[in-house]
Amino acid sequence: MWEYTEKVKEAFLHPKNAGEIENPDAVGEVGSIVCGDALKLYLDIDRETNRIIDARFQTFGCASAIASSSALTELIKGKTLDEALKVTNNDIAKYLGGLPREKMHCSVMGREALEAAIANYRGEKPPEVEKGEIVCQCFGVTDQKIKRVIKENHLRTLEDVTNFTKAGGGCGSCIPDLEKILKEVWAEQPTIEAVAPRKKLTNIQKIAMIQDILEREIRPLLQSDGGDVELSDVEGNKVLVSLRGMCKGCLMADVTVKNIEKKLKELVSEDLIVEAE
Amino acid sequence: MRVVYLDNNATTRIADEVREAMLPYLSEYYGNPSSMHTFGGQVHRKIEVAREQVAALINAEPEEIIFTSCGTESDNTAIMSSLEAVPQKKHIITTRVEHPAVLNFCKTMARRGYRVTFLPVDKSGKLNLNELKASITDDTAVVSTMYANNESGVIFPIEEIAAFVKSRGVLFHTDAVQAAGKIPVHVKKLSVDMMSLSGHKIHAPKGVGALYVRRGVRFSPYIIGGHQEKGRRAGTENVASIVGFGTACELARKHLQEYTKVEGLRDKLEKSLLLTCPNARVNGDTISRLPNTTNISFEYVEGEAILLRLNEYNICASSGSACTSGSLEPSHVLRAMGVPFTAIHGSVRFSLSVYNTDEDIDLVLRIMPDLVKELRGLSPYGR
Repeated sequence: MWEYTEKVKEAFLHPKNAGEIENPDAVGEVGSIVCGDALKLYLDIDRETNRIIDARFQTFGCASAIASSSALTELIKGKTLDEALKVTNNDIAKYLGGLPREKMHCSVMGREALEAAIANYRGEKPPEVEKGEIVCQCFGVTDQKIKRVIKENHLRTLEDVTNFTKAGGGCGSCIPDLEKILKEVWAEQPTIEAVAPRKKLTNIQKIAMIQDILEREIRPLLQSDGGDVELSDVEGNKVLVSLRGMCKGCLMADVTVKNIEKKLKELVSEDLIVEAE
Repeated sequence: MRVVYLDNNATTRIADEVREAMLPYLSEYYGNPSSMHTFGGQVHRKIEVAREQVAALINAEPEEIIFTSCGTESDNTAIMSSLEAVPQKKHIITTRVEHPAVLNFCKTMARRGYRVTFLPVDKSGKLNLNELKASITDDTAVVSTMYANNESGVIFPIEEIAAFVKSRGVLFHTDAVQAAGKIPVHVKKLSVDMMSLSGHKIHAPKGVGALYVRRGVRFSPYIIGGHQEKGRRAGTENVASIVGFGTACELARKHLQEYTKVEGLRDKLEKSLLLTCPNARVNGDTISRLPNTTNISFEYVEGEAILLRLNEYNICASSGSACTSGSLEPSHVLRAMGVPFTAIHGSVRFSLSVYNTDEDIDLVLRIMPDLVKELRGLSPYGR
């Protein structure tokens, strides 16, 4: 069992600012259901003063993820965007009386959602998504993010890199790379310029995108006809889905599957093939 | 405050009878069972009674039972001993859904040069016996598959597996830690060479286990030292716990028929939750399954969040979500079963015991629907 502070427990059991904002001025979304946590941050911003009037969140995740989201919204409400950007992941953790070391990545997720929302408002892309190269394939963590989090939180150990970024917490095959990055940062060598982003999606990114598109674009349509679909597996470029409800055994099932494939080809990768079980 | 304990596959309460049986061995009967004097000898005799009690639970002979410190030690010992029995063979077969005591041991052996086949399971958590059959070669030293899975409760067809493995002349070990005491286990009817048992899953204390080794199977000890357990497991016996384990096995044998009641409670819990919580699904086969276990995914919510909300009502369960695993990856069992990502993080395992009541189940049923609804309300995937 995790050692959560009373403040974490309180913010988890009675979170502040949970929910959506209708017609928000900015939205920042980080994480995915595949990785086990996701945060969607909504901001209402006064366009003249650039001040955050209201902040709300929707979070899929554990107690510390929900508590961190609640803390984040409390911290940034009333601040101008520039002031808000000074809120660090450590501020979020401090606001909660501290987080277990292994859960610090939840506070990092809060900080990232804030950056994403402000970038969204300003019409920019968050820098690390733009320039970084994926180091941890399991959780899709870029070298830029790892370096930044190491510097901001003065991380010295591999364990902490995982605690704060999740990188290395899956299959562990990137651990030598993480060690190298840690050394690089602390050797204060001039950091090597990031290479151009990879065109090829990692498996976890691909699955996350497919899941996301199914959730947003496809399931609502099918559900309105009493049907449904579910992602069963992704093997290379083969996407296995199972049809549910009215779709199951429907005469038009083949057409449905073809349409899903068309959508996924368009939005994820031309190479995908969709099959129903 | 009353605790509603629905996490009996993790550990169980020590039964009152077990504690009572142990107490004298924590006070006046402190003799060393290996000693020459009567004071130690009487303790030795009590250990032999416990050995008979453990043997009776699985229909084995007392001399086929070796006491160990836990299920993990039994598992490690069984596999290591098998490898040493046929040193020329370098292949191990196990499954992707084993307990870490077997899984990680096999991974370690793989790093030491053994070839390990991790057999997959299907969506309902069942093994494909044809794949098992196809993977056995002349180089296979041992096959180790669990009797019943701790997370899904799915029971493997051990009789069939064991018979086939034996027909190929290969040693067969099964981790029966979750099965023994919950379903009838009869080693005389099975071609099982070794079987692991654990005390604390059946109302004995933590820190005691046993390994069944069929008479005639070549055995090498894992813990080396004194001549205890007829030289098969060194180290002064954990007397009180062994006595407790024996008593617990006798109790478990008496309680076996009560598992129809446990099953009834489990079914009531499962059926009602599926009705009252939308987007909930059972993970794993519901036919060949332990009577006390249900693993339910509440889609679009995260398991740790559910557990900590339940914790507010002193309800204890567990989850296969990444956040509760200590690592950042969700349950290897549910992943092996291909549970979709929308469901894998929201899995909750309820595991009952004979001490659970209707009131326990009713409390969960009262709380769960709103709890899930509320957490879904917080989630961007909520519906």
